Amino acid sequence: MTSPEFVSAGRGLKRNPKSPRTLFSSVMTVVAFICAALALIPLAAVTFYVVVNGASRLTPSVFFELPPAPGLAGGGFGNAFVGTLLTVGISALMSIPFGIIAAIYLSEFGRDTKLAEWVSFLTNVLSGVPSIVIGAFAYAVVVLNTGTFSAVAGGFALAVLMLPTIVRTAAEALEAVPNEYRQAAIGLGSTRMQTTLQIVLPAAIPAITTGIMLALARAAGETAPVLFTASFNRFWATSLWEPIATMSRLVFDFATSPFPAQQQLAWAGSLVLVLLVLITSVLSRMVIKRR
Amino acid sequence: MATSADRSSRMSWRRSSSSRLIDNGFVWLTAAFAIGVGVLLLTIAGRVGTDALPAIQKFGLEFLVTSRWSVQDDIFGALTQIYGTLVTSFLALLLAVPVGVGVALFLSEDFLPPRVKQPIVFMVELLAAIPSVVYGLWGIFVLIPVLRPFGIWLNANFGWIPIFSTPPAGPGIYAAGIILAIMILPIIAAISRDALVAVPGELRQAAYGLGATRWETIFKVLLPAAFSGIVGGIMLALGRAMGETMAVTMVIGNVDSIRSFSILSQGSTVASLLANQFAEASGLQVASLMYAALILFLLTLVVNVLAEIIVRRFSMKL
Repeated sequence: MTSPEFVSAGRGLKRNPKSPRTLFSSVMTVVAFICAALALIPLAAVTFYVVVNGASRLTPSVFFELPPAPGLAGGGFGNAFVGTLLTVGISALMSIPFGIIAAIYLSEFGRDTKLAEWVSFLTNVLSGVPSIVIGAFAYAVVVLNTGTFSAVAGGFALAVLMLPTIVRTAAEALEAVPNEYRQAAIGLGSTRMQTTLQIVLPAAIPAITTGIMLALARAAGETAPVLFTASFNRFWATSLWEPIATMSRLVFDFATSPFPAQQQLAWAGSLVLVLLVLITSVLSRMVIKRR
Repeated sequence: MATSADRSSRMSWRRSSSSRLIDNGFVWLTAAFAIGVGVLLLTIAGRVGTDALPAIQKFGLEFLVTSRWSVQDDIFGALTQIYGTLVTSFLALLLAVPVGVGVALFLSEDFLPPRVKQPIVFMVELLAAIPSVVYGLWGIFVLIPVLRPFGIWLNANFGWIPIFSTPPAGPGIYAAGIILAIMILPIIAAISRDALVAVPGELRQAAYGLGATRWETIFKVLLPAAFSGIVGGIMLALGRAMGETMAVTMVIGNVDSIRSFSILSQGSTVASLLANQFAEASGLQVASLMYAALILFLLTLVVNVLAEIIVRRFSMKL
């Protein structure tokens, strides 16, 4: 072995650090470190600016007051905060039961059938449909038929958006339940329905809940589907069937406004949305780790 | 569970017919909901398609190749927006693919101890979860001012290249491309990492055993083995980039004609067109917006289905 690759030719496994092959490898390692740094810079920059610009404006009172009129200072985003809770709540009511029941079929009864394969394929495709197109669909189905922008229309749009995520996370959670549980239940004479509802589903509930929390936090930050379904309302909404403000829409509107007071609210609203995502992510991490 | 009727005669392993009926009903119910998810996708396509019909009949395929978007004259063509969608997505891929695959390699090979690696994986995942509208806000107040001097410099020194031929106007196609790159990077990184981690360890050991350096192993063994998975991830990211709305709408400038082929100039995308006009639209304008939505839907559908097929084939092989 007279290769220049190794320091003492013929003996030892240490590479010669100056050989072109080793040099190339070292350079590429540096490149990989740079890539990781490049990826983390935007995250650091976004969180830094959101915290710095949002924290000073984020007092408890912003959650109770209405947005200021253009040009005025003060105020808050109480109506948008409540509006987000309402629209996300409505979407949860629609998508969670639907998603879990569909997931039960995929993981319990349809496993390895052609039908289940097709459904999970279509579910994945549905999760790739742009959120703005889902907004247009909800507009056509709810807004055009009821004649008004509303919390229900916004909730419907978010429900369609969340459905594939819920189906997928719930199906994964159910599949993770050990088969022995099912065999034991069936062995004791349970029907498939009893096995599923009383044994398998309860065992999967913690994981399903985590997935749903993540999906809800995402939905709260989604803007495109609520743009022309929930629309916006400067005041407190008095019914679910009228335009309603949401946090994400408020950030969008106030970010592009020329008034500093509104821009500050946009930053504070962003901080709320980022905290929501951050907290749910960390919590779900902890739940998954504990198991 | 035996019912009283069973017990009165003799022990029977057969369930009563009502119990069987309920059980079968339950299974059918879950199947119906599962089918419902698929039907929902078809309903979206059908509804957007029907609502677009007036515009499809009026403009036909000319809609795709004309760029006049005039609400007053009821004449609509989406070339500007289709062009904007394709250019911003391409730009985003150009920037995000090398970095994303680099990150995936960094996080799949043993460059770092797991205790350092795990938080980085978590942070990259977090990038994907930050709401689009927050990126948009950041883009308006931080990214665009930072990019401006670069844009001016590019235009001053490389203005003879068509893509840098205009001075930057502040918001513009390049800003949208960069924001999109940041937003799709975690998708590329996560899926590529999954593909790389799934490559059997024996391949890696064999390459090292033959005396290959770490990066020879990566380039000649790992990347080819994980290739289809990585391509699938890139396709998914492309689909996401084409449909991404808020951040792009906030930084692209939203002009309704192609002013120049310069990436420093302002533009618009199909998604930003919908975001800007839908709430106040009426009549043929709504139909035209639905037509644009349908095009966006079909574009992303093709990309996503291809991605899905590629990723599936790759996961079956292993």
